[in-house]
Order: sequence, then C-alpha cells, then structure tokens
Amino acid sequence: MGLTQIFASLLTALLVGALTRGTPRKFFLLALSVLAIYWFQPLVPLRSFDFWLPSLSLALVVLTWFLVTSESSAWRSRHNLIGLLLIVGLATLIVLSRYVSPRPLLTATNPPPLAHYLVFLVSLGFAIAFLVLLSRRLRWTLSFAILLLIIILVILKSPTLSLQTSIFFRTLTNRPTETASALDLRWLGFSYIAFRLIHVLRDKQMGRLPELTLPEFATYVLFFPSLSAGPIDRAERFAKDLRSEFTLTQEETFLAGQRIAIGLFKKFVIADTLALIALNDALAVQVHTTGWMWIHLYAYAFQIYFDFSGYTDIAIGVARLVGIKLPENFASPYTKPNLTQFWNSWHMTLTQWIRAYFFNPFNRWIRGYKALPTWTMILAGQVATMLLIGLWHGITDNFILWGLWHGLGLFLQNRWSDLAKTRFNSLNPRLQSTLQVGSVLLTFHFVTLGWVFFALSDSSLSWKVFMKLFNLL
Amino acid sequence: METNNPRIRLYAILLKATLLFALFNFAFIFTSDIPFGKLSLYNVVFPGRERFPFGETRESYNLSLFDLDAMFASHLLAGAEKTADEYRVFLLGDSSVWGTLLTPEQTLAGQLNANPIMACGKRVRAYNLGYPTISLTKDLMILDQALEYEPDLVIWLTTLEAFPKDKQFSSPIVANNAERVQHLIDKYDLSLNPNDSALVRPSKWDQTFVSRRRAIADLIRLQIYGVLWASTGIDQIYPENYERAQIDLEASSDFHGITSLSEALAFDVLDAGMSISATTLLVNEPMLISHGKNSDIRYNFLYPRWAYDEYRQLLAERVTQNNWHYLDLWNLIPAQEFTNSAIHLTPAGEAMLAEEITKAIRTICK
Repeated sequence: MGLTQIFASLLTALLVGALTRGTPRKFFLLALSVLAIYWFQPLVPLRSFDFWLPSLSLALVVLTWFLVTSESSAWRSRHNLIGLLLIVGLATLIVLSRYVSPRPLLTATNPPPLAHYLVFLVSLGFAIAFLVLLSRRLRWTLSFAILLLIIILVILKSPTLSLQTSIFFRTLTNRPTETASALDLRWLGFSYIAFRLIHVLRDKQMGRLPELTLPEFATYVLFFPSLSAGPIDRAERFAKDLRSEFTLTQEETFLAGQRIAIGLFKKFVIADTLALIALNDALAVQVHTTGWMWIHLYAYAFQIYFDFSGYTDIAIGVARLVGIKLPENFASPYTKPNLTQFWNSWHMTLTQWIRAYFFNPFNRWIRGYKALPTWTMILAGQVATMLLIGLWHGITDNFILWGLWHGLGLFLQNRWSDLAKTRFNSLNPRLQSTLQVGSVLLTFHFVTLGWVFFALSDSSLSWKVFMKLFNLL
Repeated sequence: METNNPRIRLYAILLKATLLFALFNFAFIFTSDIPFGKLSLYNVVFPGRERFPFGETRESYNLSLFDLDAMFASHLLAGAEKTADEYRVFLLGDSSVWGTLLTPEQTLAGQLNANPIMACGKRVRAYNLGYPTISLTKDLMILDQALEYEPDLVIWLTTLEAFPKDKQFSSPIVANNAERVQHLIDKYDLSLNPNDSALVRPSKWDQTFVSRRRAIADLIRLQIYGVLWASTGIDQIYPENYERAQIDLEASSDFHGITSLSEALAFDVLDAGMSISATTLLVNEPMLISHGKNSDIRYNFLYPRWAYDEYRQLLAERVTQNNWHYLDLWNLIPAQEFTNSAIHLTPAGEAMLAEEITKAIRTICK
C-alpha cells in the first residue's frame, strides 16, 4: 500500500467511524473492503487479471461463507441478501465503469467486458449451488475447500508453478509466453485471505465457529486495513467488535491517529531509509568487506521489522477508527532473550495461527508414536512448523533454509533451556542480568543471520554472504 | 500508549500541531543562508567520493543534487590535507572527465594517480572535479569554489559544446544556483545575462521547509549513499551493453542555429577561468571523428565540421594572444576507443589521454 491508499483508507475510516452506527457501519465497512481489494490490487501483465484476481477473492469468500453457514436458507435473510447484493453490485459497477469512463476508475487497467463478467457470475452461482448441495451430503466438502485453498497458495508461492500458470493463461488468451514471469500472478493479500478462510473452515469442522452473517464474514476476511499485511485476526473476535456499539470519541481518534503516525514514521521514514542500504542480491556480490556486510545485514534486520510493524501499526490505527481492535502483531521482538520468545513476539498472529492449526495437531499426532524419544518429537514439531512458516513466505530453497534455520534453532534452544534451567538459577543477580543481555544479543544475531536466507533470492548467494560475514572468503 | 485520559481535545491538538508546523515551515526561510551542505558524513564516517555525486537511479548508489557545498563536502578533496610534497592537480570538465561508464580508477584522474609522477619536485596527486553537464559557466562555478583547496595546477578539459552563450545556463546545477552565477558575473565581469529566465530564483515560499523538502531529502540521501559508496566503491551503473556513439550522421551542418561562432561563444567565461588559478592547462578534449554516413559534413553527432574547425582556430588564436598552456587533443583518440558518446572514452582511451597529459605536466613544471 502506498501513501495515497493509506490516506484514503484513513479518511474513509474516519468518516465511517464518525458518521455511521450499528448495521449501516457494517455495510459501509463491507463496501469499503470490496472496493479496496480492487483498488489495492497491483497491475499484473495478464489481461484484466487486476480485476479477476480480486473477483476470485470475493468468489472464494462467498463460496466459503455458504459452506460454513449451517442454515441453507440463511442467504435469504435480509442482512445476507443485502450483503450479497452489495458485493455483486459493486463488482458489477466496476465492470460497467468501462462503458462510462475511457480510463479505469478503480482497477489498474480497464475491467473486462460485461459478457465475460456475466459468465463468471453465472459460473459462480452454479458453483455455490453445487457446493452447498454437496456439503449437505458429503462431510469432506470442507476438507476439499481447505485443500483447494492450499493448492492455490502453493501455486502462488512456488516460482515454477506460478510461471507455468502464467504461461497457461497467456496461451489461453493468445498472448506471448516468452515474457511470462512468476510475478505475473501477484494476488494482493491472498496469503492472508487464505489463512483466514482456512481458519473458519477448520473451526467449522471442529464445531467451534459461531454463526456469521455474510457482511460480517466478508468484512472479516477482506477487512481493508489488514488486507495486504495482516494481522490475521480470528473471526469470532472480529465479529464481536463488529457487533458492538461503537462511538468514535475524540480520545479514540487521538489514539488511532497516534498509532497511525507511529506506523507511518516506522514505514516511510525508518524502513524506507534503511531499505536503501539493506542487504539485497546486488549488495551480496558487491560488498567485499566483513564489517560493511554486517552493516547491510543489520540494516535489513531493522528494515524488515520497521516495515512490517509500521504497516501493522497503520492497520491497527485505521481499524480502531471504525471500532475494530485488531490484534497486535509485534512486541519488541529483538529484545527477547530466546528464540521461543522471539517467535511469540514476531508476526504473532501468524505464529498463533500456525500453532493452533498445525503445531498443536502435529504434536498430538506425533505423540501417538510412543516409541519415539521425546527429543525427536520436539525436533520434528519445531522443524516442521518453521518449515511451514518458511513455505508460507515462498516455496524456494532459501525460504526452506530459513525455516530449517529457525526450526533447528528452536530445538537447540529448547534443549539448552532444559539443561540450563537447573544450573543457572543459583547464579547471583549480576551474572544473571549479564546472561540475560548476552541471551538477547545472541538471539538477535541468530535471527539476523537467518535473514540472510530471507533477504536473498538464492542459496548460493546466501552462502557467499555467510562466508563474507565470517571473513572466510 | 493506551490512556484513559478523558480530557483529550482533538481539535486543540490539531490546531496546535498545525500552528507549530506553520511556524517551523516559515521559520525555515531564515535558514536559507546556512550552508547545511557542508555538514557531511563523508571524510569522517565514510571515505570521500573520488568524483562528485551524480546519478539518476537508485542502482547507481548515487544522486544528482544542486548543492555545491554538499558536493564538495562529499568529495575526498574536502578531507585531503595538502602535504608539503603534494603537487595538487585539479581536473575540470564534463562527463568525459567525470568518467561516464568508467570506474574511478579508469578515469583520467584515476590513471594519473595510478602511475604517480613528479612535478616541481613534488608528487602529483590528481583530483577529479569533472561534472557530467557541458557548460563553461558550470566549470567556472566549480573552479571558483575549488580554489580554497589550493591547487598547484588546474587542467581544464573542454569542448565546443561548452562554449555557446545560449547553453551556459542549461546545466541544471548552474540554473539552480542563481546566486552563485550572480557572484561569478560580478566577480569576473562576465557578459552573461543575470536575468535569464533559465536561472531559477527562489521566492520566499520556495525557501520554506515544505518547498525545500526535496533538497533536504537529497542531502540526507547523499549521506545514506555514503554507506553504499564505502562498502562497494560503486558510484554509477556499469551496463554490460550500451548503445555505441553514433557513426552514421544526419546531413545537417547546423550547430545550435549559430552562423558566426566568434559572436556566439562565451570566451569571457573561458578568460575568467584561465585567469583564476596561477597555473592552468587548457585542453581541447578528444572527440570521436566519425567515418560513417555524412561524415564529410559532420565530425560526429555533436559537431558539423565547419563549426568545429572554426572553433579550433578561434581557440588557438586566443591561446596565442594570452600565452596560455594549451593542448589541442581533438583527434588524439581512435574512433574505437569511444563508448556511448562522441566524448566518452574507454579505459584504453583514457590511458592514451593520461599519457599526453602527463607529458604536459612535466613540461609545465619540470
């Protein structure tokens, strides 16, 4: 999101927060979120994909809502019907704008012709009807939906599969395939949308998902402040805020404004400045001295933190203007004395999601193998979890190495903590505080070295950087 | 950050913030004479640059700015104390001296320093004060400021393109330094028009913080790029492929619409530059002599033959009249040693030029 989009979000949130109450607030938030997914979607080289990708997001949201709604006639209720009409109506208006304005009004390029859109709409209608029918008869429909979302995520996160998909679409639309790129399928916010949808589908399977109206559900998944960079809220918590009576007080506005200002400063002053000197592929080969390589790596470590936490601050602040208290995503992660605490304070909502839907079930499953020694269970749990977090960022060798780095780090820290807990308790307070400072520095440097994999596109470059960092090249 | 203070009055906060910002913004007008550009991390935290900052893309780890103080402060010259055994040589000129497509070591200054010679019993140390736009006034402006660094010899490499009176303010660094231009006009009694519309004269509003935000940001970016300069030694992009200088030329004998060179060239600016320093060597810099289409009409993309021949004649006359140190190296370099323009040399071309310059330095000061 650029500054224009952030300020537009801020102003509209301020207006909605100040001027609307109750049900109208819900519909305004839904409408803004629908419009935002089209506006925020960046330009992609595939024709009209800047319209189709957001439309697919909407379709997935509506389909999932039909799947997780208990009452098959729920859509006929007034709220849900208005919600459905609002979503379809706004998307239709965007398509119709191509016949009114020579330049695209909201999307990056001109929307597709109405006929194409109508085919899409009718197909979506059939898909909904089919899925609803199927879900009433077959229990695995929810699992199938989760699998489908994971498949889309895998395609988007894998450069090879993305490229092949782009070539497929280019062939389908008679466009040159030589210029196809893995970046052709930049689907704004899909990583977050998919995780929110998987969360509701899984909670539905577990029988712990509360009933949500379509406007509540769609606003939760597509909520415009947290669309592009999270945090990943929980549906029931979000719905609680949405249903609460909310009045935008001066104090609330001040606190939201303060949070947004801090976020803007973090992102556009600190992070963007650090970005100029942060480690990247070019610097990995251009820098020849150990000292400067460390400087570039430190710059990257702080840039990624200020960038991400800045966006989170902005999202939390904007959401606050409309009465939604999004969860925190960061809690001074670089000041933590061990890796477990780091991961409890870095991208917290992702970690909580992974813990709830992967780590805990995985641990329960592996504990079934009683013959395995405890340490192998811990190792498998930590490594598999961190690998999954790595893969969520991208299916490349470097993200796998980054996941392994943290998985093994967490395992070693777990073993060390077990060993140290009995031995260091008797140390005098001064030694304990020295140990604490040392632990913070060690953890920070472990995380920072891990960023070498994260920052660079290829493992051979990462290896070169490691060599330079330790003056071995 | 959470507070339960019910007394927050948002309107009062916004009003105070607006007033304070307005006050700060307009108070900034009074700082316009403070040379902030002289504050620099170069030569303190980072090594000074081998040549002036110039660049338009982030990948070059460099940027162009109009603050001459900041440019000098970032140059290694500003941090180099002159020792008793140093024979200090300044190289003045356009992009060919600055070194487009050349690493600092491959430039003329780099090559002169790579094989140090002795002059007047001292060790020659050359400094690259070239800047990639062509204008005698730009060179004079740089030279005027460079004098405080005590040169023993100034080598001024120039070409006809720098001479037309109409072109003197076309260099952005000249156009955006109207006060300095005024100072040069007054100091050297130049015939340039101080009211030329090309010169940017900032109004009071232009001196506020809001209006100067770009210049301030550039100054900060220059300091940040110091990290990249220090860690990589890179200050421009070196593409593997680039478009070679044009060999086939248009059948045009036009040179900036000029019909009589003697009236149209800013020789008074040249005179001023040549009179500033105790010893100055004027060099008519090498250029590409094309042997392609229409090369009977033009030497290259820049010059029709008639204009360049007449310029050389006028320059030679002026040199003789004033008894200047002069080298006419216009045809020194073979065509294959030019890169992407009629004046940009390859490293081998620069080596040939360095050889001739070395001979001249030895002649000037044995």
